[in-house]
Amino acid sequence: MRLYDLSFYEIEKFFYKLAELKDIINDTGLLSISPSIPQTLPAKGTVMAKHAFPIFQKGGVIMDVTNVTQAEIAENAGAVAVMVLDKLPYDVRKSGGVARMADPKIIEEVMSSITIPVMAKVRIGHYYEAKVLEALGVDMIDESEVLTPADEEHHINKWEFEVPFVNGARNLGEALRRIYEGASMIRTKGEAGTGNVSEAVKHMKIMNYEISTLISLPEEDRLKKAREYQVPYQLVELVVKLKRLPIVNFAAGGIATPADAALMMWLGSDGIFVGSGIFKSQDPDQRAKAVVLAAANWEDPEIVLEAQKMISENKSMMGIDIKTLKPEELLQVRGV
Amino acid sequence: MKVGVIAYQGSFEEHAIQLKRAMSKLNLTGEVIAVKKPKDVDLIDGVIIPGGESTTIGIIAEKLGVLDEIKAKINSGLPVLGTCAGAIMLAKDVSDAKVGKKSQPLIGTMDIQVVRNYYGRQRESFETDLDFHVIGGGKARVVFIRAPIIKRTWNDATALISFENGIVMAEQKNMLATTFHPELSESTIIHEYFLSKIKK
Repeated sequence: MRLYDLSFYEIEKFFYKLAELKDIINDTGLLSISPSIPQTLPAKGTVMAKHAFPIFQKGGVIMDVTNVTQAEIAENAGAVAVMVLDKLPYDVRKSGGVARMADPKIIEEVMSSITIPVMAKVRIGHYYEAKVLEALGVDMIDESEVLTPADEEHHINKWEFEVPFVNGARNLGEALRRIYEGASMIRTKGEAGTGNVSEAVKHMKIMNYEISTLISLPEEDRLKKAREYQVPYQLVELVVKLKRLPIVNFAAGGIATPADAALMMWLGSDGIFVGSGIFKSQDPDQRAKAVVLAAANWEDPEIVLEAQKMISENKSMMGIDIKTLKPEELLQVRGV
Repeated sequence: MKVGVIAYQGSFEEHAIQLKRAMSKLNLTGEVIAVKKPKDVDLIDGVIIPGGESTTIGIIAEKLGVLDEIKAKINSGLPVLGTCAGAIMLAKDVSDAKVGKKSQPLIGTMDIQVVRNYYGRQRESFETDLDFHVIGGGKARVVFIRAPIIKRTWNDATALISFENGIVMAEQKNMLATTFHPELSESTIIHEYFLSKIKK
């Protein structure tokens, strides 16, 4: 169990300040869309409600699914949530063309057949795919580089939504910019659909290195870092106080085996996203159970071993060596 | 005193921090222990089942043999606090507001009926103020995330705190259940009350 010095409530007070900052910017007319802060009790869609949700996903595995059958396999295996997609990242890569949000009818079917949370992806900067999914009632939105970006310049202003968002990041600057835009959860970008965990490892290590560097910097250099990252200084200070990201950070991109999941937890992830790794393997039922067991018990190599024995390596997804991909085939570079 | 927190998944770190805050408020010296294996259960004087996904926690705890171990200990008087998913795990009767009855591994030691996802989905998650004078506290803000509700209690299980048309905190001998998240609150009143049950 990793412990921090600040309680959730103390972190939360900071996020309300960030939200107020957005209000002030809005009052000056710099933002065209105003965030709605509920005034009456009980209050829904508040900053607190949005940041609390991912905490209950910690230590868990979120699985990509494309239909009800896969969603039920995920739930029975002990997934903490499912992510509904039109195509798994591996197939997005193969098929080409524009990748968009999943069919709302399928998302709805999944929502009414399982009891765990249901998430779905929108294109980067696509406010209206997000509005549609919020209206549908999904539990969390992933503004994802796996789909074709709708806006090459900007991400969605997530303060405007009552549903929490998860965003990808490859380094501390990207993570903090997404948090400043209102993300409630961060995940490493990795290189989705490859079955190759190396990029997720790289991103998590960069994040850890940048946080430890930040902590050791004198105050004036931290101010410089805040400017470099294009975020308020207070956000940088919060990271220094916590010695970690102030919100939940999962690993994603290329996780295919129980040992991959345990490796990412060992590197400091709060939980795991598994995309193509499960339903592109030949043993999805067993593999889903094994990855759940390994993620929750990563501190114990004997249990991870037991999990690894539950699957068979010759049934793992084939995987793609990232070095064989052309620069234009990389998904992680979308949206910075 | 040694307090265990079931630490596979969910808000176990937040519970540990809140326990430490409550201990220092009460001037108690104690330790917080992550419970993951059956042998961890032997070490503890009380246990917390955190918020998270009850199906996930149940499946892993059953697989590793912790579920039966905890159940036996609770039946023989080990103080337990179950929050949200933890309340679901303690309940003898569980159903889902939309999907209905589903089979999942549970502890099932408390005479309460719990309905999962009672208020709806994450969109319907909310924060509100509750009055904790029944257990010696004041008003405190708490958060309900995809929260269940306690529909009814029987035998010697009693409702401690109600909100709108349901019970949000119940007690039965050594067992406490809340459908909200005291581990995310500024107030440590629930954890203080739980620690007082361990001391007895």
